[in-house]
Amino acid sequence: MTPTSRQITGLKLALFALCLSPAALLLRDLQLDQLGANPIEALTRASGEWTLRFLLITLAVTPLRKYSGLHWILRFRRMLGLFAFAYGAMHLTTYVWLDQFFDWQAIVRDIYKRPFITVGFAALVIMTPLALTSNSFAIRKLGGRRWQALHRAIYPISLLGCLHFWWLVKKDITAPLIYTLITVALLGLRAWWREQERRKQLAGGYLPKQSFNGKIIRIVAK
Amino acid sequence: MLIRTPADILPSEITPQAHYEGRRRFMAQAGSIALASAIPGGPALAGSLGPLARNPFSTQEEPTSRKAITTYNNFYELGTDKSDPAENTHRLKPNPWTLRIEGLVNKPRSFGMDELMKIAPLEERIYRMRCVEGWSMVIPWVGIPLATLLKQVDPQGSAKYVEFISHYDKATMTRGVLDWPYNEGLRLDEARHPLTLLAVGLYGDTLPIQNGAPVRLVVPWKYGFKGAKSLVTIRLTEKQPLTAWMKAGPSEYGFYSNVNPEVDHPRWSQATERRIGEFGKRKTLMFNGYGEQVASMYSGMDLRRFF
Repeated sequence: MTPTSRQITGLKLALFALCLSPAALLLRDLQLDQLGANPIEALTRASGEWTLRFLLITLAVTPLRKYSGLHWILRFRRMLGLFAFAYGAMHLTTYVWLDQFFDWQAIVRDIYKRPFITVGFAALVIMTPLALTSNSFAIRKLGGRRWQALHRAIYPISLLGCLHFWWLVKKDITAPLIYTLITVALLGLRAWWREQERRKQLAGGYLPKQSFNGKIIRIVAK
Repeated sequence: MLIRTPADILPSEITPQAHYEGRRRFMAQAGSIALASAIPGGPALAGSLGPLARNPFSTQEEPTSRKAITTYNNFYELGTDKSDPAENTHRLKPNPWTLRIEGLVNKPRSFGMDELMKIAPLEERIYRMRCVEGWSMVIPWVGIPLATLLKQVDPQGSAKYVEFISHYDKATMTRGVLDWPYNEGLRLDEARHPLTLLAVGLYGDTLPIQNGAPVRLVVPWKYGFKGAKSLVTIRLTEKQPLTAWMKAGPSEYGFYSNVNPEVDHPRWSQATERRIGEFGKRKTLMFNGYGEQVASMYSGMDLRRFF
């Protein structure tokens, strides 16, 4: 069963509200002073973890689609990816504003000197062009192939995100380890698909569809 | 272009809760003193340690709220999240308790908590506490100087260091993360320094479990992790003890661990700190502001090397 476009719109609205709820709950807790003794740290940590979670949810769409046959879930991927960027932006804002209070000298020094901040900042910088090209106009302008190549940057981004988390914890690496294992599984799956594809080609059982050459392949729904 | 951060906001403008707590504390103390004098020899208020001697080492700064001090803790044996220790207090039974002093001493012995609290008058010591993670508090401890305890056991001439070992129960406490039991160490002169405190209380009451009940070490010019909690053994040694954090990360945690804004943790800066309850950051002070009292112990030492 494939939902109608009206239903998709409804689902998108519901998903949008759902994705926004962690931020809403955080702001409510902040207002009610429920974030513990160090609310700035709690806010930084939560927004960072939600960034990582949304990156992993976005990466999970393709495998889920492939194995469940629910092809229409691809239509939610853009929103999920944009939420990853939004939470990342919130994370950076918390750091620049609440944590460092616009002490640009200290911020630049941090990015330059602290490897965990270097990789976290790099991940967010790489995410920016992806967020900016998350529209049909950019896909047309870039062409499907180049657009897709650009958006594969989510692979290194999520790995950098895991590294950022791993390097910041003092000793208990349980949480970053869990995120890393999920990331490695999601990326490993893609590597494995590629390998399957390569073997198929080598075995001669694969004939490239010539008719696609040079054309724009629509990979995002209208 | 350099944009300066605005000057620190007055604590009085942003920590009304601390004021509120402070007034309550004053009233509670006044009440307990009044009660103690009204009933001579009578019992102290429940859970209260009674009237306390004041000490000139105490800071005049506003103490951090009791709520923050008792809900934001690093006590890995009870969980590695800051909120864990307060939620897992059932994992540690502070009563009965024995603290053993052994090693290179002429009179090794064990102390029950009642005996320990009687070897010197209990003092209130309001100290700054700077965590290696970049936050700080002002904590009204209650305790006795460690020096008075060391005097009781008569250290031998060969004793150079003091090792502190925390309680560990494999059945109920965190496994892994660090090499248990938690241990820490001081040079003998550091251990004998009048600032070094054996804390048995907080805010005039007995020490809450999440803060290291029933007895813990407090060394205010060093990073917080030097203050080993829930002590069961104090051992005087000739060799420098290898501490739990030195074993966990030798390049990140040294034996001395003096608060030093100029020597960064390899992964983050130590130049500034956030005082819990405040919004902006403040500059971290050399030896956490206790340089006048302790700097002479380290004269001629390269503090980058002996971090």
